[in-house]
Amino acid sequence: MTALSVRNLAKTFTMHLRGGISLPVVDNVTFDVAPGECVVLGGPSGAGKSSILKMVYGNYGVDRGAVLIAHDGALVDLASADPRTVLTLRRDAIGYVSQFLRTVPRVSAIDVVAEPLVVRGVDKAEARGRAGELLARLNLPERLWELPPATFSGGEQQRVNIARGFITHHPVLLLDEPTASLDAANRAVVVGMIAQKKREGVAMLGIFHDEEVRAEVADRIVDVTDFAPKVAA
Amino acid sequence: MSDEPLLKVSNLTKYYGSRLGCADVNFELYPGEVLAIVGESGSGKTTLLNTLSANLEPTSGEALYRMRDESWRNIYELSEAERRFLTRTDWGFVHQNPADGLRMTVSAGANVGERLMAVGDRHYGRIRDTALDWLGRVEIAADRIDDQPRSFSGGMRQRLQIARNLVTGPRLVFMDEPTGGLDVSVQARLLDLLRQLVGELGLSAIVVTHDLAVARLLSHRMMVMKGGHVIEAGLTDRVLDDPREPYTQLLVSSILQV
Repeated sequence: MTALSVRNLAKTFTMHLRGGISLPVVDNVTFDVAPGECVVLGGPSGAGKSSILKMVYGNYGVDRGAVLIAHDGALVDLASADPRTVLTLRRDAIGYVSQFLRTVPRVSAIDVVAEPLVVRGVDKAEARGRAGELLARLNLPERLWELPPATFSGGEQQRVNIARGFITHHPVLLLDEPTASLDAANRAVVVGMIAQKKREGVAMLGIFHDEEVRAEVADRIVDVTDFAPKVAA
Repeated sequence: MSDEPLLKVSNLTKYYGSRLGCADVNFELYPGEVLAIVGESGSGKTTLLNTLSANLEPTSGEALYRMRDESWRNIYELSEAERRFLTRTDWGFVHQNPADGLRMTVSAGANVGERLMAVGDRHYGRIRDTALDWLGRVEIAADRIDDQPRSFSGGMRQRLQIARNLVTGPRLVFMDEPTGGLDVSVQARLLDLLRQLVGELGLSAIVVTHDLAVARLLSHRMMVMKGGHVIEAGLTDRVLDDPREPYTQLLVSSILQV
């Protein structure tokens, strides 16, 4: 059984403002992620790890291939789905913890974290309660909770972002360097949260540059350099 | 999100004489969905919005709207009375310049109450209470209810225009550069408010903007227009993160970083 199945994905960027040059990024990307497993994308910077994550979430279009996600007892191809289906999959099936928080003016940190639950119909007070638990676990000082995170430090913003990504129960979760700006204590908290998601059966696909963290969370490493496009002669 | 669209637009085309406004526009809008139309001035986005909102007659094509009684009607074939009812109750239109959407010489309360009276509410006390409630929701102090919008700041006027539009519980709201003429700090507040209200009320909205940040924050989907044609469309973050068309790439790369 797989929760996420990536099949023969290919991506080339065409830079129209640079005379239409083509930048092949990846080709034939194929791997599966099972429930309760954390697969880490490995390879040097520029190999296409982030691009793969963005294709899986639908932020990047694909030239070929499929991103199959288990939803309602069937496998749905997110790569070819219409925008509404992608939004439904993002609501119910696949979550994403991005590297940087996209702050919304005026919205407090605790509401930023609670929002994914509120839009799923959870009572606001209950959602804020759960948000507070996560922020406390991530050691974000309580005096910051009611402030908009725009002025927070990089590490503080990242913890808000992690809490927001982890508050829902998506069966598939994408992690884009969630520990990049964190100190050792908070890295350990995130490692613990990932372990908990595994026990809950969540399939995770992530990028971790920190070797210690990677060694602790990865069940398997997929080497992205295997998907390097063959340069046409 | 519901499984049936609210609006189905096919082959919508508008010429001004021999000059093209917009051509061959096709899309469906679902309940709760926010669609952004972006493009530079002259791209046809405002023509499209005015045609969709039945302020302009199209040259060809149709726009089918699912009425509250679940019947599908081509909005260009409605009688004048039916169309007026739609634009006064089930639809809202937020203009870039609040003076175009407000009556500047009647009180704030009357601006909100007027739309309620248009749908037949005659109970003065109840109208005033509803107006007060809406002024609160758009963050206008209750003691300004008897003041004319002439004495309001630009941001307050825009919030009042939004209250006036939303008081009748519309299902579809058209917005033309809703944050256009405002200071950046005021824009942020208005955007946050719009985002909240659209989410809470489950509104469908079509928002014309040249500001990609507004599109990113408010919309689920977007259409990029150039020379009267939709040149690229899709999920908002896909279009902005992975623009395909030369013009879209130019738009996205032209955003100033701060």
